[in-house]
Amino acid sequence: MDFEAVIGLEIHAELSTKSKIFCSCTTEFGKDANTHCCPVCLGLPGALPVLNKSVVDFAIKAGLALNCKINKDTYMARKNYFYPDAPKNYQITQHETPLCSEGYIEIETDEGVKRIGIQRIHIEEDAGKALHEGENSLIDFNRSGVPLIEIVTNPDMRSPKEARMFFEKLRSILLYTEVSDCKMQEGSLRCDANVSVRPKGSTEFGVKTEIKNMNSFKALEKALEYEIERQINAIKKGERIVQETRRWDEARGQTIVMRSKEEAHDYRYFPEPDMVYLKLDDEWIEDIRKTMPELPDEKKKRYIEEFGLPEYDANIITTSKELAAFFEEAVNIGGNPKTISNWIMGEVLRILNDREMEITDVKFTAKDLVKLISLVEKGTISNTIAKKVFVDMFETGKDPEKIVEEKGLVQITDEAAIREIVNKVLDENPQSVTDFKNGKTKAVGFIVGQVMKASKGKANPQMVNKLVEEELLKR
Amino acid sequence: MAVDKSQVDYVAKLARLEFSEEEKEKFVGDFNKILQFVEKLNEIDTENVEISISSYPMFNALREDEVKPSLSLDEVLLNAPDKENGYFRVPKVVD
Ligand SMILES: [Zn+2]
Repeated sequence: MDFEAVIGLEIHAELSTKSKIFCSCTTEFGKDANTHCCPVCLGLPGALPVLNKSVVDFAIKAGLALNCKINKDTYMARKNYFYPDAPKNYQITQHETPLCSEGYIEIETDEGVKRIGIQRIHIEEDAGKALHEGENSLIDFNRSGVPLIEIVTNPDMRSPKEARMFFEKLRSILLYTEVSDCKMQEGSLRCDANVSVRPKGSTEFGVKTEIKNMNSFKALEKALEYEIERQINAIKKGERIVQETRRWDEARGQTIVMRSKEEAHDYRYFPEPDMVYLKLDDEWIEDIRKTMPELPDEKKKRYIEEFGLPEYDANIITTSKELAAFFEEAVNIGGNPKTISNWIMGEVLRILNDREMEITDVKFTAKDLVKLISLVEKGTISNTIAKKVFVDMFETGKDPEKIVEEKGLVQITDEAAIREIVNKVLDENPQSVTDFKNGKTKAVGFIVGQVMKASKGKANPQMVNKLVEEELLKR
Repeated sequence: MAVDKSQVDYVAKLARLEFSEEEKEKFVGDFNKILQFVEKLNEIDTENVEISISSYPMFNALREDEVKPSLSLDEVLLNAPDKENGYFRVPKVVD
């Protein structure tokens, strides 16, 4: 029997506000423990939470960017549970009335564009952090009260790859809108998954498990692959799938049971008595819509239509807001969009991936890349030399024209000079000349290679080709 | 809806509280009285009445996104029963 997976995601993103959701403590990451705390975020008795307006603005922006309906009448809810990183013994969140609902994101699967539904987006406060050490746990409340949006998808994904693509697209949109800095290593973007399997073609859902602790795109994909296989194997053996929460153990490459549904929490949600209704009007929502930047899908469409980029290239370049900005800057300076795109897709991304860097970390500018391209177009240097100059430019941040000048890399286009090198190479390789005369045309390629090498790559390749053939025929 | 002892046990467990059998018996009676009292509300026709979360006719109590100084570390840890290196120290909890 063939099985298919049914996957839904729950994503938490910390919002880019300066202060916390209900108090004026800073949201800054990575400072000494418990130095960003006040009576509100420590849950001291009598402290009164007051909602940060920017939290609402960011959440509306996320909702609009994810094609959601914005709900004008909402209220906060109290979610009750005991855990030492939740100082009030409850979390202020939204329950019956999420701020945004019924949105979607489109992803490009092998079978074409697929729409993944977003059930809801709500605002809530983050908890503190617990470090487990020996017999004790140590609690830091700096993160307590940092604003979050929780994004819940419909169970629309059918493979780990689709889940990964969705999560990547979502991150890209959140970065474009600057709603969150999405630093997964710092925990400002976190993803949990609900996954079940069922016989292919069935419309009923199987029993699902919830997977936590996936801290990268790769971890999400690997954890889902593992969990789907585990569930299919269990069903094949006639076992029952238990509804439970499992944790992804990266080192072991396994999902491990955390708690079963029998011990699951009963959160006893009720309307938060310390807060009042949140009422939005059209003007508020429209004001935020006006601040919406061009999003990845729109940008991609424009690159294809306006610059004639292949869809694949447009997709990759627009995935990163910064890379797209670099591309557009280069185009604005006056480079040919397709050539720039080729350079970005080739040398630029290769070196960035190699060094695990982002475009914002590089020393050279968009202007340098345009200059480099124009050196090739003018015939000053060959493409091969340009790739070397690029590496130099990457390492030092020097002007490519300077690099070419200092290293004497200007292309040799002097016919007499090239002919001289050709004859020297032919003299040194009599066997190749004989091979050529015996009809082995491969010999030409070898000679051309030797000439290029002798000229340190500086000879104009078209001229070398032409002159090698001429001189060989003379012999 | 009538409450029995198992529900008292459940609510006590959720609240991390322990009671004697005698106390629990008393709570069964108290809970049922409270519920009966609240059930009075069911006599009212609430069809087409909007849900109300607050008795104050107020909305949008918001603040601007401004950072203000937090408490000092000493103040934060002032009432902590146990601490270590600036952290609150609690018995080990693993989820
Ligand atoms: Zn605070």
